[in-house]
Amino acid sequence: MAHAHAHAHTKRYSGFMDWITTVDHKKIGILYLVAGGFFFLVAGLEAILIRLQLAYPMNGFLDAQSFNELVTMHGTTMLFLAALPILFGFFNYIIPLQIGARDVAFPFLNSLGFWTFFFGGVLLNLGFFTGNVPDSGWTAYPPLSTEFSPGQGMDFYSIGLQLAGIGTLVGGINFIVTIVNMRAPGMTMMRMPLFTWTAFITSILIVFAFSAFAVGLLMMTFDRLFGGNFFDPSTGGNVVLWQHIFWLFGHPEVYILILPAFGIISEIIPTFSRKRLFGYTSMVFATALIGFLGFMVWAHHMFTVGMGAVANTLFAIATMLIAVPTGIKIFNWIFTMWKGQITFNTANLFAVGFIPSFTIGGVTGVMLAVAAADYQYQDTYFVVAHFHYVIVGGTVHGIFAAFFYWFPKMFGKKLNEVLGKLTFWLFLIGFNLTFFIQHWLGLIGMPRRVYTYLDGQTGWNEMNYISTVGAIAMGVATIILLINVIITVRKPKDAPDDVWEDGRTLEWAVSSPPPEYNFKQTPLVRGLDGWWLEKRAGKTAMTPAEPVGPIHMPNGSILPLIMSIGLFIAGLGIMYHQTLVAIGGFGILVVCMILRSLIDDPGYHIEPEQLEGKGVKA
Amino acid sequence: MLVNRWVKRLVPFMAMMMLFLTGCNFELAGALEPKGPVAEKQLEMILLSLGIMGVVLLVVFVLFFWAIARFRRKPGQNEIPEQIEGNHKLEATWTIIPIVLLLIIAIPTVALTFDLEEEAQATEGDGTLVIKVAAKQFWWEFNYPEDGIVTAQEVYIPVGEKVVFELAATDVQHSFWVPELGGKKDTNVGTKNINHLYLEADYPGIYKGKCAELCGAGHALMDFKVHALEQADYDAWKADMLEPAAVTAETELGAELFGTNCISCHAIEPNGLSWGPNLNGFADRDFIGGFRVNNTENLVGWIKDPTSKDYGKPGVTMPGFEGVLSDDEINEIVKYLQSLN
Repeated sequence: MAHAHAHAHTKRYSGFMDWITTVDHKKIGILYLVAGGFFFLVAGLEAILIRLQLAYPMNGFLDAQSFNELVTMHGTTMLFLAALPILFGFFNYIIPLQIGARDVAFPFLNSLGFWTFFFGGVLLNLGFFTGNVPDSGWTAYPPLSTEFSPGQGMDFYSIGLQLAGIGTLVGGINFIVTIVNMRAPGMTMMRMPLFTWTAFITSILIVFAFSAFAVGLLMMTFDRLFGGNFFDPSTGGNVVLWQHIFWLFGHPEVYILILPAFGIISEIIPTFSRKRLFGYTSMVFATALIGFLGFMVWAHHMFTVGMGAVANTLFAIATMLIAVPTGIKIFNWIFTMWKGQITFNTANLFAVGFIPSFTIGGVTGVMLAVAAADYQYQDTYFVVAHFHYVIVGGTVHGIFAAFFYWFPKMFGKKLNEVLGKLTFWLFLIGFNLTFFIQHWLGLIGMPRRVYTYLDGQTGWNEMNYISTVGAIAMGVATIILLINVIITVRKPKDAPDDVWEDGRTLEWAVSSPPPEYNFKQTPLVRGLDGWWLEKRAGKTAMTPAEPVGPIHMPNGSILPLIMSIGLFIAGLGIMYHQTLVAIGGFGILVVCMILRSLIDDPGYHIEPEQLEGKGVKA
Repeated sequence: MLVNRWVKRLVPFMAMMMLFLTGCNFELAGALEPKGPVAEKQLEMILLSLGIMGVVLLVVFVLFFWAIARFRRKPGQNEIPEQIEGNHKLEATWTIIPIVLLLIIAIPTVALTFDLEEEAQATEGDGTLVIKVAAKQFWWEFNYPEDGIVTAQEVYIPVGEKVVFELAATDVQHSFWVPELGGKKDTNVGTKNINHLYLEADYPGIYKGKCAELCGAGHALMDFKVHALEQADYDAWKADMLEPAAVTAETELGAELFGTNCISCHAIEPNGLSWGPNLNGFADRDFIGGFRVNNTENLVGWIKDPTSKDYGKPGVTMPGFEGVLSDDEINEIVKYLQSLN
């Protein structure tokens, strides 16, 4: 390979340019956290508006159209633009560190994944500025989402998510290759931290599920914009086809959201119990089983569509089966704490609080699996209660736990514990107040996605009001968290490498924050919880697996940002039937791809003299 | 101090308990107050699965709260706890017992699911009452083909008799749900996806029906009613519907105005299908638009603007007649409508 610049020794960009051209997994991780965090606040605000409208019967705070838009955007934003990107943020930052690697397998692609997600998210929300917001629910069932949504609203949905989905697929592929190929010497698959395992299985789910969704979205785009007939019965299509394709994606999607949370608490609970994860092998196996079974149950979202008793019972039984590996995990977490020495800081409060909250959601899931009973639950607040218990009680608890746990690793200082505990308790109380009562509301007859309800239905007024109070409490808890971040940012960096003293995995063997190159020397891993093992053997650093040498680093690139802008422009061109704009947008993409292919960028090297401290001779 | 520590533990716990208990002091309704055999069997399954899952929840919660109370790190405790890899017996226990519990739920699930499906396949040939339901944005059309009756918003059924609803939608997906009588089924768009739903009422009464699939702006207010009548009353209703009210001198002008302005969308013959709801027997309906009390003020308001906040509902495609017809003309139409019984 010809070197265009022989042996450059410095990074090409710094400051703002560094951030928008970065291919460093740590910076991209932070970008994901910030963007995902921003969308989390947007979606949270949408939720509060929804609950304010539902606080009183026949309330006039929001009209029906606006309400349907908010309900759609709340679900879509939370799932695609907040939860998953935040989890990607943690995958990005932590996984290379946990496996002893210096970055992910494809750093350029990593950056492309972030920017396509970001611009997809912007496109999805652009409707708020043009007055055409998607309004057919995050599930977008035709014909409501096709012929009966003639404006641009659902185009922002189908094209915005298509763009954001590219980023997700790219990220999934990247993590699979990274985890398979780039583990440090000695780290066999069965010595990987469970967070890495869950990221691995999640990424496999992403590749299969998001591909299906991309196809479905393309079909919807064709029906909406190019005279397609996939979902139009009057011309030979079938509306139920969308539901199958959507849920074939949609169900694995929720496992994509929960498995990383499982991984997160499988790190935090052992750390703060000072005890290894109970039943590691079972936990790995259970995760794989959940991932696999997750593809076998999609039609439990369609029990009332009329698929027949055979289909309904098969999917009911498959759905119940998933409870088994999930239950295994719950008991393994409890027995990790058993006979441990538990410290309850904010990170562990959220991780431990996950267990009862998620279990409640899990058991209502088994109730929902009873197909014949689901005929009563389907499309009511019972379902809304169930999935918020598993997503908020599960994924969001995991996210908050991860945030408090890894924040000092990323930024060099711990978040304030007093504010953190206040956030935890307020959020826990608000969350249960909002959603527990919704089980009851669903059973007594309240359908979901209703912008209002009639007065005089016994109990509805009071229950909806209480539900709204809980939402306000969650909002306040989130604001307190924001304040916590703001005041912590101004503190000096004082966190040691092993922030929590009892760190078990490799990220706690490097500085907080880690240097650009993560490990001066790739570490040698002797077993599960490699860092813990070294500490128990009396060592103060990981045994290196290589001598100190120049470290090869990739250069940043502006191309991913520009490619994403190109796709964004192409998306707008398609939506508004502006062929030249669409061609222009795709043209930008193609030119960037050609530049990337033809221009050789060999990166730069960090020389041993530039590395901090003295290396250990291997 | 000991008291301080227990206060810190108990207060959040009590707060949580209070929250859980907030769900426990309201009247039963909907699926929890079954008025027919389908809803009853479904409630049995709800309670069976709840009971078994309740046991699981109890076990998990007891173990969980014991663990977090008993194994907290004490100040000065520095020795590393024993690093236990796992326990095969425990893994087997908490794999096999859940499988057994799930079997207990799964077997009746399969049985009931097949049972309900089989009941729904009954046809008129068996003597079953089959009512065709057409769900539209944002109202319900009910067609009794055997009896030659078409009506809207309020469907009448005989008590103690099996009824099969043949479900379809003409515009977008809707879902037909009468919680007190049984679970729902979707009304699909497309002739290949017609569904059949078996329901039965054990007692006379008026049962609330709701649309259970997001269908646009009017979804929340797309209510309908199921009137279950004893056989004699049901037969009387049918006879009544087949004898439309005659036009009198009082209502002649209203009938004429109706003919000019309304009949293109609203049929009034007993078996008339139309773009809008069939208004035969309208005077006997309890509600306008599915949820507004059927009185003069509301009817005038609806006709003037069926999408208004005070008298209408969002998304209605019926045009408003304010400014098109004078107040007097509207009053005449209202008088006519109130004579349709």
